[in-house]
Amino acid sequence: MLFHPVSVKPLSIIFTVLLFLFAVLGAGPVAGREKNLILATTTSTQDSGLLDVLVPLFEKRTGYFVKTIAVGSGQAMVMGEKGEADVLLIHSPEAEIKFVAAGYGINRRLVMHNDFVIVGPPADRAEVSGFKRAAEAFGKIAARQAPFLSRGDNSGTHAEEKGLWKAAGVNPEGQKWYQQTGLGMGQTLNVASEKKAYTLSDRGTYLALKKRLDLAILVEGDRQLLNVYHVIEVNPAKWRKVNSTGAGAFAGFMVAPETQAVIKTFGVDTFGSPLFFPDAGKDEGSLGK
Amino acid sequence: MELILEGLRKAFWLLVTFDPEVMGITLLSLKVSGIATLVSLVIGISVGAVVALSRFPGRRIAVTLINTGMGLPPVVVGLFVSIFLWRNGPLGFLGVLYTPTAMIIAQAVIATPIVMGITVAALQQLPKKLRQQILALGATRFQLVLIMTREARLPLLAAVMAGFGGVISEVGASIMVGGNIKGYSRVLTTATVMEASRGNFDTAIALGVILLVLAYGVNLVLTRIQQRERPR
Amino acid sequence: MSPAVPLIEAQGLRVERGGTVILDIPLLTVEEGEVLSLIGPNGAGKTTLLQTLSYLVGPFGGTLFFRGRKVGPDLPVLAYRRALAMAFQDPLLFDTTVFENVASGLRIRGVQKREIRAAVREGLALFGIGGLKDRSARSLSGGEAQRVSLARAFAIRPDVMLLDEPFAALDPRSREPLIEDMQAILRRTRTTTLLVTHDLMESLRLSDRIAVMDRGKICQIGAAHEVLNAPVDEFVASFVGTGTILEGRVVRNKGDTVLVSVSGSGEVIESVGAFPVGETVFLCIRPEHVTLSVPSGRAGQESPLPTSARNLFSGAVTKVSPMGFYQKIDFDCGFPLVSYVTLQSCEALKLAEGRRVTASFKASAVHMIKKTADPAESP
Repeated sequence: MLFHPVSVKPLSIIFTVLLFLFAVLGAGPVAGREKNLILATTTSTQDSGLLDVLVPLFEKRTGYFVKTIAVGSGQAMVMGEKGEADVLLIHSPEAEIKFVAAGYGINRRLVMHNDFVIVGPPADRAEVSGFKRAAEAFGKIAARQAPFLSRGDNSGTHAEEKGLWKAAGVNPEGQKWYQQTGLGMGQTLNVASEKKAYTLSDRGTYLALKKRLDLAILVEGDRQLLNVYHVIEVNPAKWRKVNSTGAGAFAGFMVAPETQAVIKTFGVDTFGSPLFFPDAGKDEGSLGK
Repeated sequence: MELILEGLRKAFWLLVTFDPEVMGITLLSLKVSGIATLVSLVIGISVGAVVALSRFPGRRIAVTLINTGMGLPPVVVGLFVSIFLWRNGPLGFLGVLYTPTAMIIAQAVIATPIVMGITVAALQQLPKKLRQQILALGATRFQLVLIMTREARLPLLAAVMAGFGGVISEVGASIMVGGNIKGYSRVLTTATVMEASRGNFDTAIALGVILLVLAYGVNLVLTRIQQRERPR
Repeated sequence: MSPAVPLIEAQGLRVERGGTVILDIPLLTVEEGEVLSLIGPNGAGKTTLLQTLSYLVGPFGGTLFFRGRKVGPDLPVLAYRRALAMAFQDPLLFDTTVFENVASGLRIRGVQKREIRAAVREGLALFGIGGLKDRSARSLSGGEAQRVSLARAFAIRPDVMLLDEPFAALDPRSREPLIEDMQAILRRTRTTTLLVTHDLMESLRLSDRIAVMDRGKICQIGAAHEVLNAPVDEFVASFVGTGTILEGRVVRNKGDTVLVSVSGSGEVIESVGAFPVGETVFLCIRPEHVTLSVPSGRAGQESPLPTSARNLFSGAVTKVSPMGFYQKIDFDCGFPLVSYVTLQSCEALKLAEGRRVTASFKASAVHMIKKTADPAESP
């Protein structure tokens, strides 16, 4: 009926290729609504690689499709408040307690812990190496005005850091030696290495990047440096659309003995020591002893 | 720099060994951005052609809006699309948040004004009397739009490249609505950001290199088609 | 045979833009098989008329009839438009091959592939561009492109061909052959044609009728020789290029001729006509009707040739300008006079600036119009 464009061939090839892709894409994993589970967790948990092992195990056993959204602990809890996540795996205990008290979360259960370490340039101008109390080390860093990098992103690490400053009686905000990156742990470590600054990091991420970093662990082992992970189910009473069955299944999975066994050995091959210590069922006060 | 060389080496290695995860990510990038570009072409060219060739009250406002849309910050688009797609948001019933479909939607929203704006400009720079000539040959309105669009096919190919280029390299919206879920909604750009934030710069560079090669390859094909038709 | 219905009849055509009336034509008919030229100065409305007749521009007042059927109610606009073909000053070709260009009107109408091939071949042959069939439109010269544009229009075998200054953008070397070819084509195909042009020569060569337009109205419409030799007012007269237009006053009435004293000079011209003494008139003399002769033998002596020319004036050539096939001679014999002379005559008479010559023209070659402020009044 109509005229024929001159160069039909190349354009129609592209067109058919795209149509093919379209068809192929349609065959992606589209699990039924009920089998979709949104897990909000932290970037450091994601980056440790632990979930890359655990989530497939869970999926295979239960048939759920888990969407792991890695944001900061703070943002994860906001997602829970809005009902945009089904279950949380985070490590910011003070905020978590408030979260549950406000009725947004239920069945908060202890899963595991690892610890934070204070790292800094091997030259250690502030001379905090070997301190037993982390808060004291922070105090000395502030006194010496040694460069310190904060993640500044409301993550679990950032919350821990703020707690330590408070304990040291220091308010670093606005001081020239204190800088906030707003970046993930890995990037923050890189920047700290470049700038020869001190920072607080979870042991796992530090170990993973140790080779490339010009930083050493200066302070470790303080009880206050414990980084405790809990799994919290989002309260379905607040939001109808929450997949409470799936959330319960996942939470149960995280504290189950077989899973805890996997957590216990995770990272040993790569780093020589485990990255996490399973704690399901334990009393929180007994941690770190 | 040592790091860049490492990255190049890793990129080469990943490609040559057809590393499955990287292949999957690359294929997904192509699929998502390809389909988004296609959608933006269909909507962008048809609406752009109508706006360019018809006269209606408020036409100038429409053109201004389109041109503004061309400069929409992708991350802002991502923010708004994700708010709409939230489970409890207005389009939550679709249940597409954190899926490649959501990424296609966001990328289509980003690319469509670009394609539309270029289409309007391309059609408006055709000789003014051409419209009359086509009508004088007995064309219906539909045939008129088709012929004018075909006459402007060279700049419209530029629109395709602009649309595709804009979305294959997009990261902010893709993370927000896609969730960067391993093996599911992770594409080259979101994976690059993730690797960089973890400090795995060699992998990040490798993925970046692959992305550049991909973008270059697609544009090579399109440019050759366009330049083959170039006025002698 | 029953009287033929005009192919196109336009009644009460009226176009207004921004408060100004740019087209106002109470009646216009176009007969089947004729070539009608529309001439006039810029802004006269010629192109608007063409656009209106082809339903290409916005709302207009009035009615159009095609073969007796009212366009709109009795005949759908698209069907009417598909009976026309139009070509413009610019070729406006499509970015594809010559073949595809010429075929485009046919493809738009959904014609079958085999028929298209035949029609395109015919169209190309008509304009002598068969060899360009597979060339890209972009590679054509101006003249070739315009031929393709016309071939594209003719390939449709339209009922009416509308041409808007089709030769205006061509360089002289391409123009001439194309106009010649067009003459032959129009005569052979007997296609009803409306031709807009500002070039009088074109309209003379190509058309049966000429319509002179000014400010949206048709001042005069008629057979070519009619309009040229009997312009209805001084505007038409000056536009159709009578050559010499003089103002004068009738001083003596001799029955079938009058003597008119030319204003600003003492000379008296005898003209056919019957205006009362004292009347102020315009005298129009076509340059082709002015004969020049050179006094032979001794300087100053006029040769008393017996001639029927009642008007004899001697004077000097003020300017010689080439004008296509003629040389235009501007001549002063007390009043300005314009004559057309062939190249050979020009050389034979050694016509050059300053040359003293005698101009002669018959009384019947003078066309007299009453000087009037209102162009609607006809003598």
